[in-house]
Amino acid sequence: MASIEMKSIVKQYGDGFPAVNDVSLDIADGEFMILVGPSGCGKSTLLRMIVGLEDITSGDMVIGGKRVNDLAPRDRNLSMVFQNYALYPHMTVYENIAFPLRLSKTPDDEVRRKVEAASDVLELQEHLERKPANLSGGQRQRVAMGRPIVRDAEAFLFDEPLSNLDAKLRGQMRTEISRLQRRLGITTVYVTHDQTEAMTLGDRVCVLRKGKIQQVASPRELYEQPVNLFVAGFIGSPPMNFLPATPEGNRLKTPFGDIELDEKRAAAVAGRDLLLVGIRPEYFEDATLVDEAKRPVGSTFRARVDVTEWLGDSQYAYIPYDAPDSIKAQLRDLSKELDSEELRTQAIVSIDATSRIREGREAEFWLDSRKVHVFDPETGDNLTRDAEAGAELTRLATQDRLEQAEDARGRETDARGGATAVGVG
Amino acid sequence: MSTTTLPPTKKDAPVSAPKVRASDRARGEKRLGWLLAGPAFAVMLLVTAYPILQATYESLFDYRLTDPENRSFTGLTNYWVILTDSLWWQSIGVTAFITVVTVAVELVLGFGLALVMVKALRALRPVLRAAILIPYAVITVVSAFAWQFAFDIQSGFVNSWFAWLPGVSENTDWFGDRWTALLVICLAEIWKTTPFISLLLLAGLAQVPEVLQEAAKVDGATRWQRLWKVTIPNMKAAIMVALLFRTLDAFRVFDSIFIMTNGANGTESVSFLAYRQTIARLEIGLGSAVSVLLFLAVVLIAFSFIKLFKVDLSQARGE
Amino acid sequence: MSTRNKVLWGIGGALIVVYCLFPIAWIVSVSLKAPSDLSNGSFLPSTPTWQNYDLILFGGASDLFLPALVNSFGICLIATAISCLLAMFAAYAIARLDFPGKKLILSTALAVAIFPVISIVTPLFNLWRNIGLYDTWPGLIIPYLSLTLPISIWTMSAFFREIPWEMEQAAQVDGATTWQAFRKVIVPLAAPGVFTTAIIAFFIAWNDFIYGISLTSTEAARPVPAALGLFTGASQFEEPTGAISAAAVIVTIPVVVLVLLFQRRIVAGLTNGAVKG
Repeated sequence: MASIEMKSIVKQYGDGFPAVNDVSLDIADGEFMILVGPSGCGKSTLLRMIVGLEDITSGDMVIGGKRVNDLAPRDRNLSMVFQNYALYPHMTVYENIAFPLRLSKTPDDEVRRKVEAASDVLELQEHLERKPANLSGGQRQRVAMGRPIVRDAEAFLFDEPLSNLDAKLRGQMRTEISRLQRRLGITTVYVTHDQTEAMTLGDRVCVLRKGKIQQVASPRELYEQPVNLFVAGFIGSPPMNFLPATPEGNRLKTPFGDIELDEKRAAAVAGRDLLLVGIRPEYFEDATLVDEAKRPVGSTFRARVDVTEWLGDSQYAYIPYDAPDSIKAQLRDLSKELDSEELRTQAIVSIDATSRIREGREAEFWLDSRKVHVFDPETGDNLTRDAEAGAELTRLATQDRLEQAEDARGRETDARGGATAVGVG
Repeated sequence: MSTTTLPPTKKDAPVSAPKVRASDRARGEKRLGWLLAGPAFAVMLLVTAYPILQATYESLFDYRLTDPENRSFTGLTNYWVILTDSLWWQSIGVTAFITVVTVAVELVLGFGLALVMVKALRALRPVLRAAILIPYAVITVVSAFAWQFAFDIQSGFVNSWFAWLPGVSENTDWFGDRWTALLVICLAEIWKTTPFISLLLLAGLAQVPEVLQEAAKVDGATRWQRLWKVTIPNMKAAIMVALLFRTLDAFRVFDSIFIMTNGANGTESVSFLAYRQTIARLEIGLGSAVSVLLFLAVVLIAFSFIKLFKVDLSQARGE
Repeated sequence: MSTRNKVLWGIGGALIVVYCLFPIAWIVSVSLKAPSDLSNGSFLPSTPTWQNYDLILFGGASDLFLPALVNSFGICLIATAISCLLAMFAAYAIARLDFPGKKLILSTALAVAIFPVISIVTPLFNLWRNIGLYDTWPGLIIPYLSLTLPISIWTMSAFFREIPWEMEQAAQVDGATTWQAFRKVIVPLAAPGVFTTAIIAFFIAWNDFIYGISLTSTEAARPVPAALGLFTGASQFEEPTGAISAAAVIVTIPVVVLVLLFQRRIVAGLTNGAVKG
């Protein structure tokens, strides 16, 4: 196990295009780091540079305190799960899992012990003699996980390992991977474009955009204190709503009425002309269902509901609004960059499942103004970010991780001697 | 080291993986590419481009191996001699006849075979596949002999089996008449090469998504309409490739004619004419000219196929 | 599918089998007929006899047939081996590397494949006589490459394109050296394609007739099809039909065995090379 440090990593191609541009990132020993971003952001390239399948144009890649820029993949002692699993089609499941051990000339009985232990963990015992072609998608995925498990690798690397699975299986495998990583306590770098995976798996998440790091933080910090429009729009599902706003004293005039800001935030936006205010869907509520006590911390407004979606445990309402052309263009660009197709300017509002708000009617909504963020539409910067509060969230997450790791080690020690111990240092 | 030994994968590269490569790597790949493919390329050129150039050169001479002393440059005279000779036009006619008849029949028959293979029971499929490969794998000469013996006036069974047909009797000499001889030649060719076409068409059929058939069914198409409006248009590429290859192949017909009639009774194809001039009569000059003309004809056919029917070979190969 | 349809398609299948095997059955039948039995007018021999086989394998025609069989095997195997080796490198480059000229090589292969053989024979006939390659093994092996090499390149590059090359990278991450990754992962994946290509190339070389009759004159290099073709005029035996049939059956045995053993692969190879499935 080892830490991974990247110092000013650059990847430049022949035409001068930097796929990865000056990335510096420290991944602690045992940490689960997510690299996330829309397609083309350089996340896979970065991962391939860590494992050594891609040359590093400049910068230092340090794994376990050793600079590995010039080492071949096999000398880096890392393990990787590929997007399409990269199972050797001519080998049985057993031999696929054993392959790294065979290469290192491990004695047969040790190979058997390790492969069997890994197949117990992955519940592949019955399939060991089959060929990959005869396995289901989920089974293949688990075989791909087997290769890292049997190895004494410094770190695990995952390149969008769940993207070929259907939604249900993806959810299951996500928790499997999480459990496995906690249990083995091994440094893990995981590339995905799926923000749900990013939020649920990572100790910290590194958001990339066009080869540059936007923000590295715990999922909670990303969600609550995003540095800019891009991160705010990328993290969260359904995504954050962005409304045009003009400041007037302590208030922001928006299509959904005036929003009052506290002094600190009001000061941050003072003197500006046109702004974007970011409001997450769950900051809204059907005004008739809001506690009297809570009402004063927000504002209410009336709007016509276009469509409602009732999901049983929750409910969403879509409210169209008008925006100046410049803002529309801005939002369209943003949604394109985030790989989504936003056709119209509409807000997605989360309301209580019991709400009787109906489509096509006007209704009164309440909006919690305490947590809204205000962005500069030009630069995309978050003008109201509370860096200290954010850092605190990430610090708490790190502490959690260390405690969990401690616990896991404790359990592992208790279980020693049992057959379930996996042969990974 | 990945720099020197590992060109990046093309297929299945991650979405955000590089599309453009560093120029030094590109140069390295170019060098390695030609280093690896060069020998094969050179051999191909050596065994075809060189002979055809040599043939073109020799076709400009009056040159006979039996009389090498009198080799003399005559320009295009050989071509003039050939093109004004009815023998040439007759052999072109024979070749064209065989090509058109065999290719047309093979296409229809091959399509039928392919349809049966698709529909046949799973258990029957390996048997059919093996059976269909046999005519493909059997030597043309052997197939020619089999058909010749079958129609032979002495040893054949055809005359006695088909005596009930008008015009067929115990004394029908199939190889004594030009058209009946060509008929048997065509039969042998069709038997031997239909399986190949049907395999190509089978691959084409497999490329037509089943869901299209279902959609057409729902839309109310009959079986026949589905075949013409859905299946065939969607396997156009496969059909054209099969057609092109078989046409060019049929145009070079030689083996069956050599075995069955030895070119007698006006059954000589262009290839056979070239062979007879060069190898049998040792008229190197004239034979070379026929070879060059045949080559030009093949090029013309291939070219017109590709231009007229827009056969996109690279598309057919899924590149 | 209804039972009626099943039966119909079944009958269709049976017809195909009959269609494919009938001429073969006929030539086998002729090969078992005694000379006096040849014109019995029926399909089957009155009394099957091995005398034709005896004639070509041990009797008067054996000195014509057996050397031809040796020539055919030797020349075809060598030509197949050479073209597979050359095609292997070329196909690797085409499937794996990005370099200008890929298209040129594939188009050249295509052009060579449609080249009229007789146009090559004419000049070679003269040239081979001058440089002493006439009626020798190399004198046939070299022109055979014009038949086998193009199809080998096409078929093999189609196969190689299907190989999941990223496996090589996966192996390297798993700790393999470049050589180990090649030997343990790529070779096993590529071998079936190479093998299938070899079978198809062999078929094509085995089938050649024009080169065989044009570029040889004696049993020093004459392959079986040419020997068969020239049996007709030979004076050793009055009625060559039976002997030819027996020889035809013998040269058909190897290809039938290959077909029966590797039918699935051969079909994949043939269709891969022409139309990509």
